[in-house]
Amino acid sequence: MAVLSASGREVQQVDWRKRLLHNRTFLGLLFMLPAAALLLTFLTFPLGYGVWISLTDEKVGRGGAFVGLENYGWLFEDSVFWLSVFNTFLYTVVASIIKFVLGLWLAMLLNHHLPFKAFLRAIVLMPFIVPTVLSALAFWWIYDSQDSVISWILIELGLMDETIDFLGDPWNARWSVIAANIWRGIPFVAITLLAGLQTISPSLYEAATIDGASEWQRFRHITLPLLTPIIAVVMTFSVLFTFTDFQLIWVMTRGGPINATHLMATLSYQRAIVGGSLGEGAAIATAMIPFLLAAILFSYFGLQRRKWQQGGRDD
Amino acid sequence: MASVEIRGARKSFGSTEVLHGVDIDIPNEAFVVLVGPSGCGKSTLLRMIAGLEEITAGEISIDGRVVNLVPPKERDIAMVFQNYALYPHMKVYDNMAFSLKLAKVANGEIDRRVREAAAVLNLDELLDRYPRQLSGGQRQRVAMGRAIVRDPQVFLFDEPLSNLDAKLRVQMRTEIKELHQRLRSTSVYVTHDQIEAMTMADKIVVMRDGNVEQAGPPLEVYDRPENTFVATFIGSPAMNMIEGRVQVKNGAARLQAGDGTLLPMPPTAQARDGQPIIYGLRPEHFALTGDSAGVQSKVAVVEPTGAETLVVCDLAGGEVQVLFRERHHFKPGQPIRLDPVAQEVHVFDAESGRRLN
Ligand SMILES: Nc1ncnc2c1ncn2[C@@H]1O[C@H](COP(=O)(O)OP(=O)(O)OP(=O)(O)O)[C@@H](O)[C@H]1O
Ligand SMILES: [Mg+2]
Repeated sequence: MAVLSASGREVQQVDWRKRLLHNRTFLGLLFMLPAAALLLTFLTFPLGYGVWISLTDEKVGRGGAFVGLENYGWLFEDSVFWLSVFNTFLYTVVASIIKFVLGLWLAMLLNHHLPFKAFLRAIVLMPFIVPTVLSALAFWWIYDSQDSVISWILIELGLMDETIDFLGDPWNARWSVIAANIWRGIPFVAITLLAGLQTISPSLYEAATIDGASEWQRFRHITLPLLTPIIAVVMTFSVLFTFTDFQLIWVMTRGGPINATHLMATLSYQRAIVGGSLGEGAAIATAMIPFLLAAILFSYFGLQRRKWQQGGRDD
Repeated sequence: MASVEIRGARKSFGSTEVLHGVDIDIPNEAFVVLVGPSGCGKSTLLRMIAGLEEITAGEISIDGRVVNLVPPKERDIAMVFQNYALYPHMKVYDNMAFSLKLAKVANGEIDRRVREAAAVLNLDELLDRYPRQLSGGQRQRVAMGRAIVRDPQVFLFDEPLSNLDAKLRVQMRTEIKELHQRLRSTSVYVTHDQIEAMTMADKIVVMRDGNVEQAGPPLEVYDRPENTFVATFIGSPAMNMIEGRVQVKNGAARLQAGDGTLLPMPPTAQARDGQPIIYGLRPEHFALTGDSAGVQSKVAVVEPTGAETLVVCDLAGGEVQVLFRERHHFKPGQPIRLDPVAQEVHVFDAESGRRLN
């Protein structure tokens, strides 16, 4: 009996380990561990640390003390901060809408049987491939107050008598940086939507044509609804990229003139790194988080599989 | 309802011509099947009738009106696609109602017509589902429903059954035929399946490489194929083709096959002595004889299907397929004597492939 029970316990022990290794939940957690560790180290930590700094009065070269929400209090009273919030929204909303409309239009053009299709697609991708700093410099030159090509062409054509001060006037500067952002962002939208368009079977358009749909009706009743899932993804990313844009502005205007083009990201950088007030800069950056979360939530609900995509079949 | 006439229709994609002058008459209320091997231009022709492809040359008229330049939606046709092309984001009801909504038909009328079509096709229970939630056969029915709610002048079908399994295909075949007998609407049906063509058509049009090889009622095409292509394409198992020369002796013509075997010829054949011909005989036109009549042959393979027995035999230096209505328990290698039914023999010119009798 004794021998039997001893070996029985041993069997039980081995059994227990074996069972753990066959347990799906346990294995799942085990396999997720490396990825989770990486995420924790490289994403959560900087984010958490950033939020922590925003609660201190840390300066460059000097450790800070915990000051609670004092930085946020300052920001609340700071008209430059509110101007940057306004600029960020204007920049994001206007640029995103125009990128979407032009991008979709371009995607539909490219989806037609065009001559030199591959070549045209490559051209469209150009702004995306050029490094941002380089294209920002190019725009800087295009918008130069003395040597701007646009001014030069307009003057040559006799449409204007003097150069336009693109980046010197607050509203001119705002529209100018928005235009540069649109130029840079369109390829992403256009190419991704093009990929989406190509998943729509041509026979659907033929069926709709025979059903009596005009070109606009085909767009309205076939293209648009079938493209919504992809539009949701593309536009979420586009909004995120635009909202957090930094390079274009920093190279072209540094937030000027008189803070007219400061976005939250550039203002944060200026306060934290240039001005040295790490705590305040971090607070501005942290203030962006709720808006970004809202965009992600929007995409989460927008991305949810539509009813017509559900159903048991995979074909 | 309307007739469709196709006169000298040609179609080129770039510099390649894929239809070389096609003439087809599709009478009012007829069910016409275009059949032919893959790539022969059936779909292209159908899409030209629909207005989805331009007509390079020639004329297509519907109900007496030339439609070459008429856009699809004004041709009053409906089309059922091979992949059904159901709108994935619309429920069955909306798929069927779409064309009526575009035509600004009143809501009550749309509802009445959709429900009527759904009742005809047994779709009542499925109106609230999305295409993804349907089986292949159900999707096929929805595609048909979408076509019939419009009550068009002409129905066009492009291989609508080719995505279904064998059993469902037979069932849908019957359903489509019943539907046609009920609605009596002019229909053009494309398939590469000659059994579908035979069973469904009032008129078969056999195509090859962008040309019409033969057109006519199915049984007429089956009984009198005009050339070797039609003869072998229509009918399953396919017609046996034996090459040889005509031998006229004592006023009676016979075929002398490559190995010297002599086979009886129909008296109507217009062939001279020594002319090389192709001798065609359908598998069901062999009689089994016990005595010295007929020709000596040897069983190679026996394929019983239950209702019939298909026997592959060595005959005249080649293999022929023989179909018996009754059961036979032959063994491979067993010698049997076969008697070709002379008046059922098809004689073709060896060079041109044209029918000679
Ligand atoms: N858009 C096109 N561009 C170029 N060639 C084409 C085009 N559409 C069809 N063809 C060619 O035209 C010929 C006829 O094609 P079609 O689709 O009509 O054949 P089919 O008889 O319907 O064949 P299947 O039974 O395989 O559907 C083929 O050789 C095909 O390669
Ligand atoms: Mg085809």
